Formats: sequence, structure tokens, C-alpha cells
Amino acid sequence: MEKRVIFRSRWLPYALVAPQLLVTLVFFFWPAVQALYQSLLVQDAFGAKTQFVWFDNFKDLFSDSHYLASFKVTAVFSILVTVIGLAVALLLAVFADRVVRGAKAYKTLLIWPYAVAPAVAAVLWVFLLNPTLGIVTHLLRAIGYDWNYLLNPRQALALIVIAAVWKQISYNFLFFLAGLQSIPKSLIEAAAIDGAGPARRFWTIAFPLLSPTTFFLLVVNIVYAFFDTFAIVDAATSGGPVQATSILVFKVYQDGVQALDLGGSAAQSVVLMAIVITLTVVQFRFVERRVQY
Amino acid sequence: MVERRPLGTLISHLILIAGVAIVALPLYVGFVGSTLSFDQVTTVPMQLTPGTQLLENYATVLTHGSKLASGAPVGTMMWNSLVMALAIAIGKIVISMLSAFAIVYFRFPLRKTVFWMIFLTLMLPVEVRIFPTYKVVAELGLVDTYAGLTLPLIASATATFLFRQFFLTIPDELAEAARIDGAGPMRFFVDILLPLSRTSMAALFVIMFIYGWNQYLWPLLITTREDMYTVVIGIKRMVAGGDTLVEWQLVLATAMLALLPPAAVVLVMQRWFVKGLVETEK
Repeated sequence: MEKRVIFRSRWLPYALVAPQLLVTLVFFFWPAVQALYQSLLVQDAFGAKTQFVWFDNFKDLFSDSHYLASFKVTAVFSILVTVIGLAVALLLAVFADRVVRGAKAYKTLLIWPYAVAPAVAAVLWVFLLNPTLGIVTHLLRAIGYDWNYLLNPRQALALIVIAAVWKQISYNFLFFLAGLQSIPKSLIEAAAIDGAGPARRFWTIAFPLLSPTTFFLLVVNIVYAFFDTFAIVDAATSGGPVQATSILVFKVYQDGVQALDLGGSAAQSVVLMAIVITLTVVQFRFVERRVQY
Repeated sequence: MVERRPLGTLISHLILIAGVAIVALPLYVGFVGSTLSFDQVTTVPMQLTPGTQLLENYATVLTHGSKLASGAPVGTMMWNSLVMALAIAIGKIVISMLSAFAIVYFRFPLRKTVFWMIFLTLMLPVEVRIFPTYKVVAELGLVDTYAGLTLPLIASATATFLFRQFFLTIPDELAEAARIDGAGPMRFFVDILLPLSRTSMAALFVIMFIYGWNQYLWPLLITTREDMYTVVIGIKRMVAGGDTLVEWQLVLATAMLALLPPAAVVLVMQRWFVKGLVETEK
């Protein structure tokens, strides 16, 4: 879409975009190029010698069992976060869409976790699930379940999934609720007159009509699980025990800051970049289709 | 509601109440923990009614922080977080509005290129360019400064697209009328576009304020001095000390303080928040 009426000036448009471009070039493109270049280099621990090694860093990366394990952890983690987060949010949105009384209050009470920093969410859940002090740990012990996420890899993964889902539910809820409210009432009424009960109406009318929203949220949640959960992992488990919760973003940080393996870390960054680009393209393809729909 | 089903309504309420309760559980337990003494908070099981140490704990963290950890006052950290969140929110709005204005209301040779460059930033979140960006900031001497904290996060493709989308819906007649009346582009921008964009700005402000306040990875890298920590980083440093040494009542008080400003913004500006969320993601 283009404007018919425009202003004329030789220099003004450049002056207007200059701040944005400057920040973009200095802090986005230049570092991205550096990451690409760095991923092809090997540097010794003291930074004294640098060698150009083409794709050796990538070869090393994909033959490194720790990295492949991290891929697996990330995949399991993002599937769990996405599926549980979407299911719970959809359930709540469906019922929030049904009730008349108190609908606004429920909405307000369900959306505030969006404002909580991931690291703070992690700390609150760590407190609830702390192996010695946690109140939920205490309840679990009372029913005979031994909970200690510091020792048990599965429980550590469960902890970060819980914190990540808790934080994301409000976002998914808002979008599902908006989607449900935009479904024409006449469709629902027609089905009701034909004798379809609430469950049938949901599965045959609301759920299919929600599919654009669901697909959009699917992509957003995968991106969230991949990239925005660094704080949760770092604050709750620091990737442990024994790398059980070391998701890809966390590993880039760990290998770079703690192990000082800059080439390997940069190669990991490049792999992540490829993942983001794929996801963004998928998302935009879909947005285009939704507009036509 | 299509038909009356008293049982259905009851079940709906029960499920929603259960949802609200689970969502509120960490907040409630966290709040209670922040009002207890050290002995009370480390008793298993912890009591679930608020204690009497509320003022004391909050005053302690605001002025001294947790002695067993770094001892940096949370008051300073709150200030740093506020500066960071405001600078990011306002900065993003300003630079995005200006570039959206240029892209929509001017024709210049590099217009398409500029548009695509801004679009590409969507694909480069901080997480994937951590070290090179850190290096750039370090070479510019911006470590431990507010500029270093905020500038690299200030470019925003989503905000630029939002304003572009909005400007495209503004009737051409307004710009035409302004031109006939002899107003230049900047005059048009200030007197007509700015007032019309107020809702979009408010919506974006809410989203970007929360985004800025809750930043984690970037401040973790770029702040080395305690007096530059943001409150989110401060919490992490408090719990990092090891299991037995954590003063949970102070950690929780800090957590409550850290989530209060963004939560207040969401609740007070709920209408703009929902609008901002839905529109920035389009």
C-alpha cells in the first residue's frame, strides 16, 4: 500500500530514518556479521592466535554429543511448553468466553503474569518447589512423591516447563479469548437450534474457526520457548543437573562466557539465527494467508 | 450464552477459579514469604498467613539488599530498572515513529532498502548475537552505562511496522489539507500525526515498558558493577549464593518489588495493554 499524498524533501527522510538505521547497523548487522565470521574461526584460549577453519566449528558442533543432547532438550522443552501452554490457555479461554458474570474480573486475574519477568517467575517457582523449603515439595512428600529437582534431571525439566508455561498462559489466553469472541454468534445459535451440545459446538465450530489463532500462537510459543526462556533456565537450574536443562540459548551463553569457546559459541549463534529466520518466514507466510482468508 | 445450563455455568466458574488460583499461587506464597522472618520462612512447612515483618523486610532490601549475597541496595536497582524501561520504551517509540513517518510519507531512493533492513532486525534477537554485540558495546566504552544498557535494545521492527500500518490508515485528505495550508512535513508530523497516534503510542508504551523492565540476558552481560544492576539481575545474584545461605524473605521481597511496577502498568493500562499486545504481533 502506498500513500497518494507525499511530502518532498531531499534530506529529511534520511534524517528521519538515521537514528533507527544507526542503531540497527551498529548493534544488529555489525554483530551479526561478526558472529558469521567468528563462526569460521578458531581462537586459542588466550586470544593470541586465530585461525580460519571454514566450517570446522559446525562440523565439531554437530558431532558434539553435548550439543546434540542440548538440541533434544530444547525440542522436548519447547514441545511441552507449547502444548501445555496452549491447552491450558484454550481451556480457560473457552470457559471465560461462556461466563457472563465476573468475566472481566477473571480476565484481569489471568493476564497479570504477562508482566512478571521470566527470571522472577523462575525464582517464585523455585521457592515453591525448593527441595528443602518448598511448600509444594512438602505436599508432594506428604503423598509419597520424592521431589528434588537439583538431583533429578526430569524434575529439573519439569520445573522450567512449569515456570515457562505459567508465564506464557496469559498471553495465549488473551489471543484465544479474542479469537473466540470474534466467532459470529449466529453460527453457534444455529448449531444449538439444530441440537448440538456445547462440546459438539466447540469441536465442530469454534475449534476449526480458531485454527488461524492456534497456528499463530504455535509459532509464537515455539519462539518463546527457544529464546525468551533463557532467564528461566539461568535463574532456576543453570542448565543442570548434568546439562539436563541446558537449552540451546543457554548453551551459547555457557560456552561463550564460561568456557570461552568463542568460535563454537558463534557457530551456535549462527545455527540459532537460522532457526529464527525459518520461524519468522513461517510466521509471515501465515500472516499473508490470514489476510486473504 | 446460547442456552441456560446452570450446571454448565457452575462448572465454568469452578474451572476459572481453579485457573486463577493456580496462576495466583506463586504470587501469594511469595508475598507471604516476604512478610516473614528468616526463621519463619525456613520452617517446613512455611505458614500460609502473612507475618509481621513486611515493612522491615522491604525496608532492608531497599536500603541494604541481602547481606549474605552482594548487599547491594534494591532501591538503586529499582531506579536502574526504571531508567532502562523508560529509555527503551520512549526511545523505541521515538525512533520507530520517525522512521515510519519517513517510509510512509516520503519517496526516496533507498526507501525499500531501509524497509527491509528494519524488517531483518526481527530475525536477530539479542540471544543470537550476544557476544559480538557485547564486544561492540565494550569497544564503544559503554559497559556499565545506561546507554550500553538501552541502545542495543532500542531498534524495533515491530514498533516501526505498527506505526507504518497506522499511518497508512490516516486519510490522505489530512496531509493534503495541511500542505494546502502551507504546513511543512515536520509541522504535519507534530500537529496532526502525533495527536492521532496517541492510542498506538500508549499501547506500545505498555508493551515496551514491560519488555525493558524484564530484560535479563543483556543487563546480565553489560553490568559488572553492583550500582548498575537492574532489579531482575539483583534477584538472580541473591539466589546464586547457594541453597542454605539464601535469605528467602529478602529475595521474595525483592521479587515482589520487581514485579510490582510492570504488573501495575498492565492492570492500570489494561485496555492499551491488550491493544498493544494484539497489534504488535500482527
